[in-house]
Amino acid sequence: MTHIAIADQEPELHHPRTFIGKYIWSQDHKVIAIQYACTAIFVGLVALMLSVVMRLQLGFPDQFDFINPNMYLQFVTMHGMIMVIYLLTALLLGGFGNYLIPLMVGTRDMVFPYLNMLSFWFYFLSVLVLLASFFAPGGPTGAGWTLYPPQSILEGTPGSGWGIVLMLASLAIFIIAFTMGGLNYVSTILQARTRGMTLMRMPLTIWGIFTATILGLFAFPALLVSAIMMLFDSVLGTSFFMPAIVSLGEATDYEGGSPILFQHLFWFFGHPEVYIVALPAFGMVSDVLSVHARKNIFGYRMMVWAIVIIGGLSFVVWAHHMYVSGMNPYFGFFFATTTLIIAVPTAIKVYNWVLTLWQGNIHLTVPMLFAIGFIFTFTHGGLSGLFLGNVVIDLPLSDTFFVVAHFHMVMGVSPIMVLFAAIYHWFPLVTGKQLNTRLGMIHFWGTFLGTYAIYLPMHYIGFLGVPRRYYALGDTSFIPDSAHALNANITIAVIIVALFQLIFIINLFWTIKREPKSRINPWDAASLEWHTPDVPPRHGNWGKELPTVHRWAYDYSVPGVVDDFIPQHVPDSDVTYEPGYDRTATGREST
Amino acid sequence: MTEMNSKPQGYWQHLVIDWSADKEAFKVNWGKVMMWVFLVSDTFIFSLFLIGYMNVRISATEAWPLTSEVFALVVGGEHIPLLLIAIMTFILITSSGTMAMAVNTAYQGNKNATFWLMIATAALGFGFVGMQAYEWSKLIVEEGIRPWGNPLGAAQFGSTFFMITGFHGLHVTGGVIYLTVVAIKVKLGHYDKKGFQIVEITGLYWHFVDLVWVFIFAFFYLW
Ligand code: HEM
Ligand SMILES: [Cu+2]
Repeated sequence: MTHIAIADQEPELHHPRTFIGKYIWSQDHKVIAIQYACTAIFVGLVALMLSVVMRLQLGFPDQFDFINPNMYLQFVTMHGMIMVIYLLTALLLGGFGNYLIPLMVGTRDMVFPYLNMLSFWFYFLSVLVLLASFFAPGGPTGAGWTLYPPQSILEGTPGSGWGIVLMLASLAIFIIAFTMGGLNYVSTILQARTRGMTLMRMPLTIWGIFTATILGLFAFPALLVSAIMMLFDSVLGTSFFMPAIVSLGEATDYEGGSPILFQHLFWFFGHPEVYIVALPAFGMVSDVLSVHARKNIFGYRMMVWAIVIIGGLSFVVWAHHMYVSGMNPYFGFFFATTTLIIAVPTAIKVYNWVLTLWQGNIHLTVPMLFAIGFIFTFTHGGLSGLFLGNVVIDLPLSDTFFVVAHFHMVMGVSPIMVLFAAIYHWFPLVTGKQLNTRLGMIHFWGTFLGTYAIYLPMHYIGFLGVPRRYYALGDTSFIPDSAHALNANITIAVIIVALFQLIFIINLFWTIKREPKSRINPWDAASLEWHTPDVPPRHGNWGKELPTVHRWAYDYSVPGVVDDFIPQHVPDSDVTYEPGYDRTATGREST
Repeated sequence: MTEMNSKPQGYWQHLVIDWSADKEAFKVNWGKVMMWVFLVSDTFIFSLFLIGYMNVRISATEAWPLTSEVFALVVGGEHIPLLLIAIMTFILITSSGTMAMAVNTAYQGNKNATFWLMIATAALGFGFVGMQAYEWSKLIVEEGIRPWGNPLGAAQFGSTFFMITGFHGLHVTGGVIYLTVVAIKVKLGHYDKKGFQIVEITGLYWHFVDLVWVFIFAFFYLW
């Protein structure tokens, strides 16, 4: 069977002429990316507001009578679910994935733009369904973002009627959306790279997004399956997850189901989900660090393999979330071992980031600050994870604020840091304008220091035994007097951090309205996305011809070369060397 | 890429070079890669459904109904176990055969034969769904089995059976629609310029749905 290369045989792109075709039902990956990003940031702000309300209750119990116990549980649940799925997953893959993949690998668009467009609209629908549950009878579900049955569908839990059904429906729609987008990302990266763009020349951003998408395509099925089964349990009265149980003093009709099955299914999705969020962040932070340190990323190949290995291992660690659920101790041993093994490639990545900075020409720009901030927060979250990975240490700490502090450091704050780094870094590409640096600096220091003000004490109160998902503690005599004010302090820090995010939002609008156009490629980045004929790139991205790639994305401060960096599409023959520099001596030829 | 070619090469190195070449990792059209990735993802869905089924079957507190009796068909006063299902499986496997022939004729450029073979495949698929509907109605009306309950024993029997065969049936129904649309577009000449890979891609999906059926068959009817 003869085979024809995609890019060459692809028919002319159809350029839409109507407003709706260009900006609403658009098939341009860049417009879709912005749609994804705006929607995700919007729901993210909703989730942030929810966390402020939760913190008000925790910091100043009995002061705010508009928060009742049911609402607290509902807000915890919606906050967690929105943050993990509808903000981070959607923004990292739907937003940055969509924007960067075609530009970084050098194609005109995703391979299947129509499906890509549907992906966004399904995502949008899932967000509407999710938000609708706030207005449904009984309100949104309060089952916790893990949605563990039996409690999630029994009457004692708020939102056990409409709330949980809308949540499950919304998740199912989200998964359909993710699948449509994900198929595009994977196929585009595998099959539509431009000439010279070998897999091992792709920026790490693309490797991170690629691996994360594969993880998503294999892990979301578990969430879909458990959502369908739970929907049936709650709507049709089947007993997949429901054992014979007495609810509010009355025997239910359920019989013989297995609640542990749900936990296995959920965490078979849930743990890879952590890496669906982390891996794109790993990739993007690598690129940001390299550009702003004017140095190639340290150990590129190692970084790629670390991403791939972490992705693979993330499918065999899920039960470390279930140490307290009742498992054969040998299982616990197995999962503790795999969990600790994952720390090895992860640690390699951290070392490589630090070594990239080592003796670099570090520019403390706003994106760089956020990227360095990420190294701190991620290392801290990762270290507490090593503790929690061990069964004996996890047992007493499980369901305390120590866990809350751990996962916020590692998968809450860290990806958010990278997202901010990425937004500040790629904003000039998307809009042609550079975000205001002064506001950016204020935003960074407020967020970074505030994060520590929030989460360091949280580890401590967790250690003291304060449980998570509690509206009020009741008797607090188990907490030493000296620690009593901590909860209030944390809440004040949260309010301050939330206000600092306003500065970011203001900065976005201010820059778009007021700032002048910036220089093209203001960070002097070598990767392909900055070298389109027009900035911001137009529909179709490249001019008449697709670029040809001659090198990897990290040729910064190359010894003997006059220019500070060599863009990926510049051939060796166009590189100017310093007079008298002996090129053969370095052995650089074979990068 | 060029510098890679100058290194000594064995089979594995060739493989690595194939995969890491520029432009395309696999020497096929992107649509096929996309379908493959989708099918692997779908495999996860079906596997998890089946694992869930095994799990609830083991944890169920009541006895599992005797499958050889529930799934028997009465012909001339005789209970013949698995008769209907044998016919359904035969039909589905036959449809895989017609599909394979359609792919073959498509690459030969014989649009007419392709059209009719695809329509035949779709018709067989439709027959399968029809028989499944018949089996469902028999279980529901005659045996009184519901997703939430089952006079013959464990409630989970009905729940898993309707859920998994239903999910598979939706796949077959979707496949019938997909086949019909592609067949008509083949006939109308939509692919004359682009080539006929789409027929093969449709075929991949169809074979996958058949293969999944074999597993469902084994796990539900033979266990
Ligand atoms: C300033 C930012 C944030 C604050 C102040 C905050 C605060 C909180 C609080 C107070 C809880 C409830 C603890 C409990 O009572 O059990 C919580 C839970 C949670 N948060 Fe955050 N959070 C923030 C950002 C994030 C981000 C970015 C993520 C993304 C991963 C996230 C994910 C979660 C999850 C998954 C839960 C668990 C929900 C549950 O227990 O069901 N949070 N957060
Ligand atoms: Cu985990």
